[in-house]
Amino acid sequence: MGEKNLKGWLYLLPAILFLGAFMLYPLIDVLIYSFEEGYNFTSQTFHGVGTYNYSYVLHDPFFLQALKNTFILVIITVPLSTGIALLISVGLSSIKKLRELFQTVYFLPYVTNTLAVGLVFMILFQKTPYTDGFANLIIQFFGGQSVDFIDGPYWAKMFVLCFYTVWVVMPFKILILTSALASVRQDYYNAAMVDGTSRLRMFTKITLPMISPSLFYLVITGFIGAFKAYSDAVALFGTDLNAAGMNTIVGYVYDMLYSSGGYPSYASAAAIILFVIVLTITVINLLVSKKHVHY
Amino acid sequence: MNHTTDFEKMERAAAVRKKAVTVITYVLLSLWAVMVLFPFYWMILTSVKEYGAYNSEYIPKLFTLSPTFENYISAFTSVPLADYFLNTLVFTVVTTAIMLFVTVFAAFAFARLDFPGKDLTFTLFLALMMIPNELVVITNYVTVTDLDLRNTFAGLILPSVASVFYVYLLKENFAQVPNELYLAAKVDGTSDLKFLFRVLIPICRPTIVTITILKVIECWNSYVWPRLAADEESHFLVSVGIQKIRESGFGRDNIPAMMAAVVVISVPLIVLFLLFRKKIMEGVSRGGTKG
Amino acid sequence: MKVVLEHLTKKFPSRNKKAGKDVIAVNDFTFEIPDGKLIGLLGPSGCGKSTTLHLLSGLQKPTAGKIYFGEDDVTNLPAENRGVGLVFQNYALYPHLTVLQNIIFPLENRKGADKLSKEKMREMAYETAKLVQIETLMDRKPSELSGGQQQRVAIARALVKMPRILLLDEPLSNLDARLRLQTREEIRRIQCETGITTVFVTHDQEEAMSISDLIVVMKDGVVQQIGEPQQVYDDPVNLFVAKFLGTPPVNVFAAEVRAGELFIGSEPVLAVKGAPDGPVTAAIRPEGFLPCEDGRLTCALSRIEVMGRDVSVICTHPACENEAIRAILRSETKIVAGSDSVRFSLLASKVYIFNSETGERIPFDAE
Repeated sequence: MGEKNLKGWLYLLPAILFLGAFMLYPLIDVLIYSFEEGYNFTSQTFHGVGTYNYSYVLHDPFFLQALKNTFILVIITVPLSTGIALLISVGLSSIKKLRELFQTVYFLPYVTNTLAVGLVFMILFQKTPYTDGFANLIIQFFGGQSVDFIDGPYWAKMFVLCFYTVWVVMPFKILILTSALASVRQDYYNAAMVDGTSRLRMFTKITLPMISPSLFYLVITGFIGAFKAYSDAVALFGTDLNAAGMNTIVGYVYDMLYSSGGYPSYASAAAIILFVIVLTITVINLLVSKKHVHY
Repeated sequence: MNHTTDFEKMERAAAVRKKAVTVITYVLLSLWAVMVLFPFYWMILTSVKEYGAYNSEYIPKLFTLSPTFENYISAFTSVPLADYFLNTLVFTVVTTAIMLFVTVFAAFAFARLDFPGKDLTFTLFLALMMIPNELVVITNYVTVTDLDLRNTFAGLILPSVASVFYVYLLKENFAQVPNELYLAAKVDGTSDLKFLFRVLIPICRPTIVTITILKVIECWNSYVWPRLAADEESHFLVSVGIQKIRESGFGRDNIPAMMAAVVVISVPLIVLFLLFRKKIMEGVSRGGTKG
Repeated sequence: MKVVLEHLTKKFPSRNKKAGKDVIAVNDFTFEIPDGKLIGLLGPSGCGKSTTLHLLSGLQKPTAGKIYFGEDDVTNLPAENRGVGLVFQNYALYPHLTVLQNIIFPLENRKGADKLSKEKMREMAYETAKLVQIETLMDRKPSELSGGQQQRVAIARALVKMPRILLLDEPLSNLDARLRLQTREEIRRIQCETGITTVFVTHDQEEAMSISDLIVVMKDGVVQQIGEPQQVYDDPVNLFVAKFLGTPPVNVFAAEVRAGELFIGSEPVLAVKGAPDGPVTAAIRPEGFLPCEDGRLTCALSRIEVMGRDVSVICTHPACENEAIRAILRSETKIVAGSDSVRFSLLASKVYIFNSETGERIPFDAE
């Protein structure tokens, strides 16, 4: 028996080592950091324990800006991307010809490097002395005024960020919703058809409730993902997000580490604040979904 | 008969409506396809435009009559794109390999072996799945700095290995293999290790392929950790490299060369995707999220 | 409502595109279903019975032929305008709706002048629920019901809109044996109470025989025989129908007619006047055997199974195509046990002879 016990743990050992060193320990440590006041990275000393780090972060205008940006991003992109994905998936499942082609094309953003393709978006939306950029060309075509989406007004920058975020998260949502739609048995539609149910009613009364688990899964993962937005913003606006006024909470955390010497205490406090926000939103989501998701 | 004509009219109306809906559906779907494909088209197009030609286009053209590969050459010569590329390749291959080793053994222990504390450990594992990366990155940064592992491959790779979710996915798959097979192997005197390699892994190959591909995608696109772990160009990965290129690479305005670099970076994964389309999409729908 | 099918045909394009041959699921089906009757569509799987049902419901369109409900030609009418009630094999109850919501669902589809008030819909739902005796389950979800209860809900949902005809697709196949008996009587009772013309599809001949007014036996898309169950059983038009109906099945022999006598092996077993000479296939119902000292069919006795009400004699004969001959006798019948052979004389009304090639019935006069 003793040998057998050992064997089980032996097989687990590599996993435990990696997870212990790079997940479990950091998890505990980050909590400690966040309460150590005046931590000095080079000398690894601190002079007190308390909530000053949290208070500093919560009063930091850069953090507040990041918080605002993140919330706007979440509120706009999550419903928008889920809605468009639903529309596209419904369209996809109603056709036969070209369906595979469309599915393949729609999935492409998933396998691309966010940073790299973000550069393309930047060029499409940027206005420089040499060119107004492609996006502005379209705006001018419809008789609008050209704007610099990358270095211009706040709303324009937010627009590109939301646009790019939706573009990036769409493949996953379309994929999940198409397979959810495919799993609704044809019998239900036949039964409804014989009963003279209109298409709209079939959609709202049968399709939507049946795919509601997937829909809520997408909303929850969408919220979590959007709260952690960062590399999309870097791709569009460069690494100095604070200067661009487009930082996100995660960006704030990392900036705290990059900056000379590094401030792991502030970073930890900000990361824990983010975690608490995400946790709260997820719990709320789960409670709502319990009420509305059938079975 | 009066009825008949009514029915015919209804049918015809229904057919017309159906056709209209189909047309609208295709138009909308094509519209989104264009939205997805356009950036790719744009980057390829720009990457073959001549530097001078591109800069003289105040209104950008949607095609070019004189494609050039000049930009690709300068992408490899004036910035260390090849180094970035090679670094990423090493990073991806090694990380994925270690991940597979760790995951397979852990999944096997959870699915097939009996030892005290197993259930508790597994619950702990599952709990770790909910921990966001952002929380642990901070300490890992400090750890790696303290160990003097910054700007080394070890520092890049080690914290990127662990993937609780893949352990879970593979454990579920291992557990689906009927226990009779394990018992039969035991009766025949097969060792656990042999059983793992000769029976379980071949049977669960699809899942293993899936997690391998997902991990490769994850590694190739990772940005946050590689940027923290390496601040010297010698250990830049493509994501960090492209950011560097953007900020100081070719001189700010050589956008065609920049686009050539973007194409080079994007191609491997797109090829991988086109080769393993079904596998990747299935794997992602089973549990990959991005962001 | 009388239902008329005229030369109804449904072809499906072949799946194998190169072979290019269409699959004919229903071939030239002509039939008039009298008002208020219960019709059993019977046949082995793949015989086209489900397709026929789908054509009746309007979920599929026939390739050729016409369908009339009463005087109305409904051939091109889509399903939603036909006013049929359809019960699916797996019930297709909406899992996220309660029983009540499921039953009300069809009523809520009505628009304009036909629109019903909430109270009226509830009232109708409860009325129907009472008919199928599920009025106490109205607030449950389908997953909380047994198979039999789900079946009743499905029937209630089909009935609540007062369909012109009611269609049932293998309604009993998902139930266990005891529930099946109970539910089929239930279906019969509901049908009698409502008087709705009902068509139901099944592959189980016993089920069809027990509750149908008329049965339609189908094979490979072609109707074999239509009639009252007893009449089809007693008077099958071909070997397929004879074999398909009845449990235990008929005993089939390779036989020959010579000079008005039916020979099984070398023994003349029955006088068959009017049947032409030549090889034939003979089928004898299990109840057609009479043990008799001087009986002319001699079989090797295997064993005797006593079932209480009756006795099965299991024996073999070299000319028999079945693995064993099964004769069912009343339990009072004396059989000399211990002997290795048994002699039967045959009941002429339980013996059918068929053309060995085509399987067509060959009529004969019993003495």
